[in-house]
Amino acid sequence: MSTATLVAREAKQYKPEVPPDWCPGCGDYGVLTVLQRAVAELGIPNEKLMVVSGIGCSSNLPGFFKSYGMHSLHGRSLPVATGTKMANHEMTVIACGGDGDGFGIGQGHFIHSMRRNVNMTYIVMDNEIYGLTTGQTSPTSEKGMKTKSTPNGNPEGQLNPIALALAAGCGFVARGFSGDINHLKSLYTQAIQYPGFAFIDVFSPCVTFNKQNTFGWFKERVYKLEEKGHNPGDWASGMERSKEWGTQIPIGVFYKNPTPQPSIDAEDPALQGKGLATIQNLGLTKDQRKKLIEEYI
Amino acid sequence: MENEIIVGIGGAAGDGGASTADNLALTCARQGLNVYNYTSYQSLIRGGHSWIRQRISAGKVTNVGDQVQGMIALNQDTMDRHLQELKSGGVCVYNGDKVKPGKAPEGVQLCPLPVFELAGKDALPIMQNTVALGALTGLLGLEFESLSSVFEHTFKKKPQVVKANIEAAKSGFDFAKKTYKVVSNPLGKTGAKLAMVHGNNMLAFGAANAGCKVYCAYPMSPATGVLHWMAGHGKDLGICVRQVEDEIGVANMTIGAGQMGVRAMCATSGGGFALMTEAIGMASIMEIPVVMINVMRGGPSTGLPTKQEQGDLNQAIGASQGDFQRVIIAPTSIADCYTTMEEAFNYAEKYQMPVLILSDLLMSEGHMTLETSFLDRQFKIERGEMIFEDDGKPKTYLRYKDTPSGVSPRAIPGLPNHLYVSATDEHDEDGVTISDVYTDPITRKKVVDKRERKMAGVLNELPKPTLVGPADADTTIVTYGSTWGVASEAVERLNKEGIKCNHLSVKYLVPFQEKEVTELLKNKKKIIVVEMNKGGQFARHLRAETGITAHANVRKYDGEPFEPKHVVNAIKEVLKGKNLVEVSSIEPGWRTPHPPGPGVLSTSSTH
Ligand SMILES: Cc1ncc(C[n+]2csc(CCOP(=O)(O)OP(=O)(O)O)c2C)c(N)n1
Ligand code: SF4
Ligand SMILES: [Mg+2]
Repeated sequence: MSTATLVAREAKQYKPEVPPDWCPGCGDYGVLTVLQRAVAELGIPNEKLMVVSGIGCSSNLPGFFKSYGMHSLHGRSLPVATGTKMANHEMTVIACGGDGDGFGIGQGHFIHSMRRNVNMTYIVMDNEIYGLTTGQTSPTSEKGMKTKSTPNGNPEGQLNPIALALAAGCGFVARGFSGDINHLKSLYTQAIQYPGFAFIDVFSPCVTFNKQNTFGWFKERVYKLEEKGHNPGDWASGMERSKEWGTQIPIGVFYKNPTPQPSIDAEDPALQGKGLATIQNLGLTKDQRKKLIEEYI
Repeated sequence: MENEIIVGIGGAAGDGGASTADNLALTCARQGLNVYNYTSYQSLIRGGHSWIRQRISAGKVTNVGDQVQGMIALNQDTMDRHLQELKSGGVCVYNGDKVKPGKAPEGVQLCPLPVFELAGKDALPIMQNTVALGALTGLLGLEFESLSSVFEHTFKKKPQVVKANIEAAKSGFDFAKKTYKVVSNPLGKTGAKLAMVHGNNMLAFGAANAGCKVYCAYPMSPATGVLHWMAGHGKDLGICVRQVEDEIGVANMTIGAGQMGVRAMCATSGGGFALMTEAIGMASIMEIPVVMINVMRGGPSTGLPTKQEQGDLNQAIGASQGDFQRVIIAPTSIADCYTTMEEAFNYAEKYQMPVLILSDLLMSEGHMTLETSFLDRQFKIERGEMIFEDDGKPKTYLRYKDTPSGVSPRAIPGLPNHLYVSATDEHDEDGVTISDVYTDPITRKKVVDKRERKMAGVLNELPKPTLVGPADADTTIVTYGSTWGVASEAVERLNKEGIKCNHLSVKYLVPFQEKEVTELLKNKKKIIVVEMNKGGQFARHLRAETGITAHANVRKYDGEPFEPKHVVNAIKEVLKGKNLVEVSSIEPGWRTPHPPGPGVLSTSSTH
């Protein structure tokens, strides 16, 4: 969205009465707090924000965020969010959820939403585990990882969401870490201001069920792309960096299209005015009906 | 019925039979004659056999009728399959240069056309259709001017094409009139102003007229026509149309749009509808208005993609886990598809719940003439309790406020001072979820009761069902949805033959008008349910809702529509003592044996 004319606010304006009920120390606290700071900094009024999630611990986020929100179905945050944006393109739409939600059950929508290029931000709280269902393997679990559903070690390969997003044509692809708050905030503000679909995969450790990918584990490994001279306008180099995993794991902006493609909501002929939701006189005019009837005689 | 003729036009897919039939229907419509059209086809883009039946009448027509009297055989296969079906006094028109005639039944005229001679050697092959159409127009007693004006209208921008078509048609018309006898009961003319429409077009046009602004779909026969209509008109009418990656996405996107205060709709068939069901429950618990159409085809699974069935009633009733509030409506005719959209969006918004429409292939892909004045109606738009403006004062807004009607005034996201989160988790009046609290049976009960109270509001508003036919008859035929058409004609015929009976057509399936239906049926000696599926899904629903068990059932599930004679004969069998009659279309022309050889796959199909 265009935030040029908005005045910065305070993060607490985005805190509702209901406190988050995640486990103490859960990575999702950081994701939420930083998001509140980012929209405050951009000055987006609460009522112009629509936060849509799926189902999972992470998907409880809209309940802890003071704005309009939808806590939808497991895996379906993206189509629901797309629908809200089509109906009212003046809203800033943020979709969020977990790695299971977005890359497991919702993977089809993930790929197609990036290809479709709706102007919205998608935040995945990636803890490499299914938290809410008490600790089963996820598409981003490492091979060999022991979880409740893979007691002998995960036999399946690990998905690379960054490479997938780049391949799917996403115009803004980034990775953050819930343990590095200021860095994460800058990713959020860039993503929200990007005029198209923006994806941020956030390492958000599950302190209860993932004893492998802990805060400490990530702290030891992450490095910032911008500190290693990565040019975010260079797609191929972003793809190259996306392969890094193990002792060195990059965070930051992998790719930001220097000449963004127009988003579909910007181009859709039906969405050129103030928004479909503002239309008061519903139904066809007599002239419109007459023209349609002509087709059948 | 007098003053009516049933015409069959047959050929392979790709032979141009459909446009020939369309032009004939439009010609009739221009003379004020009613047309009802049904195509049996295979799921193929080219080849196979496609048989279009068109019933033409000065009176009202509600179904395909029984017996063909006029025919255009565009290929040999059609001649071989269908000639024996023709009724005495009828005509069979074909290209005499290409098609060999069979032995005509008694009283049927064979009318070969010397197409080469009439259209000229250089004419495009498709011109054989135009010559034949001209000839049939003449032999049915229609006016040539009606046909030529159809060409003028259809090819408005291409005067060359108009001229070529009119010349070819005229040559066929003149030749046939000179050489053959006009049918024994030629068609006349009425003053009615008629349009020729499809059911799918009516669902889409009706939705647009009801203010639908977002339409999402994934292609699936026989619902794809709705998508094509929306895609073709979206830009002009300001409707946002999205083809989504799958029906799960379709349903969820539609619901997202509905949440924002926009009238949103999606359509599919049974398989796609199955994928939508989790989202239907979401719309229900989040109290979001949406209209979702299931155009039924033969099931289960991929089933019969291009064939008729009314077999998804159980699926619609069970289309979510838990107790979920929704309205289920089965329009009863192509015309009713149009007006049902007016009601559907109003119920959806007033009662903040999904409205499910059960159309079927018979209506959606069938054509019918309607008075143009019927289509030119301003729909009533009733949006219910919505909040579009904020008075600037801070307030405690409760999105899911507990009210006597169960309807909570709905603020449109974007308004200041009304923030809320809608959750699929159970939630209290303020939208805060209660699913994670230690235990809260009291709130849970309260909010379920609140949502369920809305159903009483809908029920109260539904138009009341009536019996059509002699009220004191003790035989009643009960149908749901599109079977109205054929059953209403069957009932008329039976009464004419001295068999007293009446008809109850049910359109509203959920909520069910238990009291009214029970009252209408309570003293009947023979209640006969006529429906298009094997298991008797509607009979079971009727029993579940009213405790009334039908005395007998008439069912058809062979893919082809009921004809009035099927119903008339079946009712007679019932009255002789049978309690289950399973009807089938038995004329050989209906059947296409599987081609020889193992594992024959159709390479291009319309699934
Ligand atoms: C259709 C469906 N299948 C399964 C579930 C159960 N379920 C709830 S959350 C979840 C996985 C959560 O994992 P993730 O999305 O990574 O979120 P996290 O809890 O880790 O934040 C599952 C399988 C469901 N709610 N709906
Ligand atoms: S289970 Fe894991 S993901 Fe869920 S709240 Fe607890 S720490 Fe967070
Ligand atoms: Mg997870």
